[in-house]
Amino acid sequence: MRNTFADTFYEAGKHDRRLAVVVADISPAGSIAKFREDFPDRFINTGVAEQVMIGLAAGMAQRGMRPFAYTIATFTLFRPYEMIRDDLCYQNLPVTVVGIGGGVTYSTLGATHHAQEDIALACGLPNMAVIAPCDPLEAKAATLWCTTQTRGPVYLRLAKAGEPVLTETAAEPWEFGKLRTLQRGRDVAIIAYGPIMKMAMEVARNLEASGKSVSVFSCHTVKPLDRPGIEAALRDHAQVVVIEETAPNGALGMQVKAIAWEIRAGCRLDTFALDDAFHHVYGSHDELLAVHGLSASAILAGIA
Amino acid sequence: MIPNAFDVGQARRRCLDWRRRILEVSQQVTALHVAPAFSCIEMVDAIYFGLMRKDAAGALRDGFVMSKGHGVMAQYVVLEALGILERQDLDEYCTAKGRLGAHPDYGNPGIEASTGSLGHGLGLACGMAYADRIQGTDRMTYCILGDGEMQEGSIWEAIMMAPNLGLSNLVAFVDFNDFQGLGRTRETHPHFYPVAEKVESFGWEAIDLDGHDSAGVVDAVRNRKGGRPLMVVGRTVKGKGVSYMENVAIWHYRSPNKDEYVQALAELAAAAAEIPA
Repeated sequence: MRNTFADTFYEAGKHDRRLAVVVADISPAGSIAKFREDFPDRFINTGVAEQVMIGLAAGMAQRGMRPFAYTIATFTLFRPYEMIRDDLCYQNLPVTVVGIGGGVTYSTLGATHHAQEDIALACGLPNMAVIAPCDPLEAKAATLWCTTQTRGPVYLRLAKAGEPVLTETAAEPWEFGKLRTLQRGRDVAIIAYGPIMKMAMEVARNLEASGKSVSVFSCHTVKPLDRPGIEAALRDHAQVVVIEETAPNGALGMQVKAIAWEIRAGCRLDTFALDDAFHHVYGSHDELLAVHGLSASAILAGIA
Repeated sequence: MIPNAFDVGQARRRCLDWRRRILEVSQQVTALHVAPAFSCIEMVDAIYFGLMRKDAAGALRDGFVMSKGHGVMAQYVVLEALGILERQDLDEYCTAKGRLGAHPDYGNPGIEASTGSLGHGLGLACGMAYADRIQGTDRMTYCILGDGEMQEGSIWEAIMMAPNLGLSNLVAFVDFNDFQGLGRTRETHPHFYPVAEKVESFGWEAIDLDGHDSAGVVDAVRNRKGGRPLMVVGRTVKGKGVSYMENVAIWHYRSPNKDEYVQALAELAAAAAEIPA
């Protein structure tokens, strides 16, 4: 996903001199290194200084550029949060804040490197759009959209490298702000976003094996939320499951529950998210997710 | 080449006018930041009338960021005089029907950054100056900081980055009035000094001068060595120009009552009478 972002950004940046990347001392992967070599003026490294990373990106946007601020999600969003709020969101500037390693991707690095509250924090900001692609194909579509959009600031939440392709045969193309149908079923709807989509697919396969017809939706644009799309999913299925890799407070699950209440939805609704806790556990990403209660088996047990 | 004729007597008269107009607006509201505006008025005036260039149509070609957003009254009154803001804007200051608040709001005429939270403006100004540099425009960016504001870590991140980015098109001014919320900076943070040397050690050119000497400010910027960002540390007096406001903390955010207003106008008139014709 990281490399897809880099390749996509490089190709767009070759043709659009307004595109620039401002990083805070993260090692440039793949094509970002190439971008740095080919367009040194448009690659800025602030060093370990995230507040000025955002300030610079904002000031450049005020002079007509389209900067991307890029580092690990905790440092790109949490550390300079007020700069993002005031400089980017209050001034409503088309800057993309890229967070690598959203959720608990960096599972061995401890909670200092876990952006587990990022969705709620980013969604809480007026004007901010929040996009979390589930696989490299969505990452490419989302990155391309970010290079041309003019609506305002975006938090683009990526994972790291090596995520599998999940959307090659998706029923619908990626479109900003629209709940994306990956597969259409009748009985159960699973709504997820980000790389945990892989687990959502596994849950779907298991349900299908037991005879259920399952819809899977990618809610890649968490904000602005496609409310009509969510309403339709709630109305069209007897059971809806939301799976997300983020802290529960202020996350998608709560929003879907609120919509369900408002439309008096008759379906069963279960939501799964990270715990509202710091788990002092170090292991694989899947192991840490499991400690948070997120595994295909735990979800299947929870919705049975 | 000198882009604007800068007459010292005219500058002094203008700065008295700015103070008078701010006091006038103060009578419309129960509170506004009088003293923080008064301390930076000569520097704001020097920037707009001595440093910023205009294009053929009369529009300002250079940029200005009021990083100490609570000083924005000093900018509003200048923008009004330049016709960038309208009298009605000041008449409707801090009212629901107007568009001007107590802090700068990006998108209002002449306002290039939404500040008010301290520690933001210099990073923004760096981004503007950098974009100007790589886009090949010769625009200058001027930025006014507060001395208390310089305690924000973000300011030092920007101070570190500006020379790294080669921002010789950036000039920052510190309104060094030596006052902040809980007292005189010299007493609360004695090791904050000296500032010019600290900034210089980060790779800037730095000048320490009297921030109420408009001509000195203009000369210092025009005659800088160049090739690096410049920091003008202007020693100022909070509430400058009205005796009872000078260095008195309550005037950070308060409107004078009728009697105080009359006295302040009398002091400004007396000062104006002393300016040689």
